Amino acid sequence: MKNTNSIGQALPNAFQPNLWGRRFLIVITTLFALTFLVAPLVVVLTRAFEYGWSPFWKAVTEIYTVKALRLTALTTVLAVTCNTLFGLCAAWALTRFQYKGRGFLITLIDLPFAISPIIAGLIFILTYGRLGWLHPYLVDWQLRIVFNVPGVVLATIFVTLPFVAREIVPVLAARGTDEEQAAVLMGAGFFTVFFKVTFPHIRWALVYSLILCAARAMGEFGAVSVVSGHLRGKTNTLPLHIEILYNEHKFSESFAVSTILVATSVIILTARNVIEQLAKKEDESNVFRS
Amino acid sequence: MSVSKKVLPGFGLTMGLTMSYLSFIVLIPMFSLALEAAEVGWAGFWKAITDPRIIASYKVSFGCSFIAALINAIFGTIMAWVLTRYRFLGRRIIDGLIELPFALPTAVAGIALTALTVDKGWIGKPLAELGIAVAYTRVGIVVALTFITLPFVVRSVQPVLERLSPDYEEAGLVLGASKLKIFFKIVFPEIKPAVLTGFSLAFARGLGEYGSVIFIAGNKPLKTEIAPLMIVTRLEEFLYGQATAVALVMLTASFIIMFLINRLQIRSATFCEG
Repeated sequence: MKNTNSIGQALPNAFQPNLWGRRFLIVITTLFALTFLVAPLVVVLTRAFEYGWSPFWKAVTEIYTVKALRLTALTTVLAVTCNTLFGLCAAWALTRFQYKGRGFLITLIDLPFAISPIIAGLIFILTYGRLGWLHPYLVDWQLRIVFNVPGVVLATIFVTLPFVAREIVPVLAARGTDEEQAAVLMGAGFFTVFFKVTFPHIRWALVYSLILCAARAMGEFGAVSVVSGHLRGKTNTLPLHIEILYNEHKFSESFAVSTILVATSVIILTARNVIEQLAKKEDESNVFRS
Repeated sequence: MSVSKKVLPGFGLTMGLTMSYLSFIVLIPMFSLALEAAEVGWAGFWKAITDPRIIASYKVSFGCSFIAALINAIFGTIMAWVLTRYRFLGRRIIDGLIELPFALPTAVAGIALTALTVDKGWIGKPLAELGIAVAYTRVGIVVALTFITLPFVVRSVQPVLERLSPDYEEAGLVLGASKLKIFFKIVFPEIKPAVLTGFSLAFARGLGEYGSVIFIAGNKPLKTEIAPLMIVTRLEEFLYGQATAVALVMLTASFIIMFLINRLQIRSATFCEG
């Protein structure tokens, strides 16, 4: 298609508003995107550097920021790892065998997406908190979960639990089991079948879901803020640290720390788009080959 | 195919891991909610959820989420249409940015939107001159929820529009239908289930949203407190029973919405296949 960049160029489709109608719709879209998607990013950067480079650098390298960054990194890595292992197991168990109760299992996996992150935090307080019914056992083992790092990790795992399973289940279900059955008949064991036969087909879907899972894990606020107790330098994640700075009216500091998360989310978004393109290309070349 | 159960290996291992993980992370903690509710009893439960402050927070949560979902249903459909049908400068950038609200941590979104809409902010200042306050009002809550739930409608309508064959629109045009008629009689019925699904997902997400809203809402009792904030407030007062009661009401609401979404998706799926 030539001249794809002129404003208001339409794809060859039968139904189109006239040129001015098209331009109007494009302007609405651009304005909406500028207000809601571009302006928030720009305002964070502007406010972060409002007093120049050195206060920015001071805020970003401050000890509590670094500690919060470390906890966020740890939480994200743990949540992504656990949920990947779980997601792969669940996808295999859900798509490779027939039994009653599969629907219930799928509902259970989807549950964390349906409930408010605040409720996610609440249930861990009710279970492991000082008044929780499992608390006496925790005391016996000298374990502290709520208002401690394990609570932060558990809450993050809960809210990001569905990402991998949800992405892999439909891909596996659509592929069918013929290739795997053939491999098993020829004597391959579970791990061989999984890594040599199944894994190549779900590779992109897996990477894609990992990225989404990581994005949510590093940014989770509601659930973590309920269970963390906001102990500075101990159970404060980066988003919670931003909240504390903001509430202390240290606005430019909180925007400075926010730039770390803005940068990460822009990287994540770019990676997501690149992977989508790569997967599409591979899909097309597969179709071409067959 | 009961054969596959015998042929493919790994059932015990994967099923065992799946079940233990789900029990530990989801089932046992969710069970605590029921346990706590039983402890509170019916009278305490009723008293907790009919507190004026709580009722006001439900109104704010449901009202603002509904308006935000509606805004997204309208603008999201327009954006999906523009992004699939027209080619213009910046289209790929906008398309790539649509998921930003899912990637950007909600706390960052909250403080950024507040900075934009306070009466000295880039957007808040011109609006303040017109006498419209955004930050620290319900309008601010709607703005935050619109941002957070922006991708839902766009991303559910876009694939439908991409798949939509232009043949029917062409037929309508050849048969002499007006442009508006073609849109409302041919295009809209095709994308309606997707718009509704996106709307409901946005509504459900808006009900539970916390991080972005608390910065912009101002959290004035009876005016701009959202229901999730009330759960946090009750927890901070160590009134776990009351927090549970408020949570159960919100949970029921989101289950009803999820159930409706499932029905909608089943219906549109059978419609497409049949």
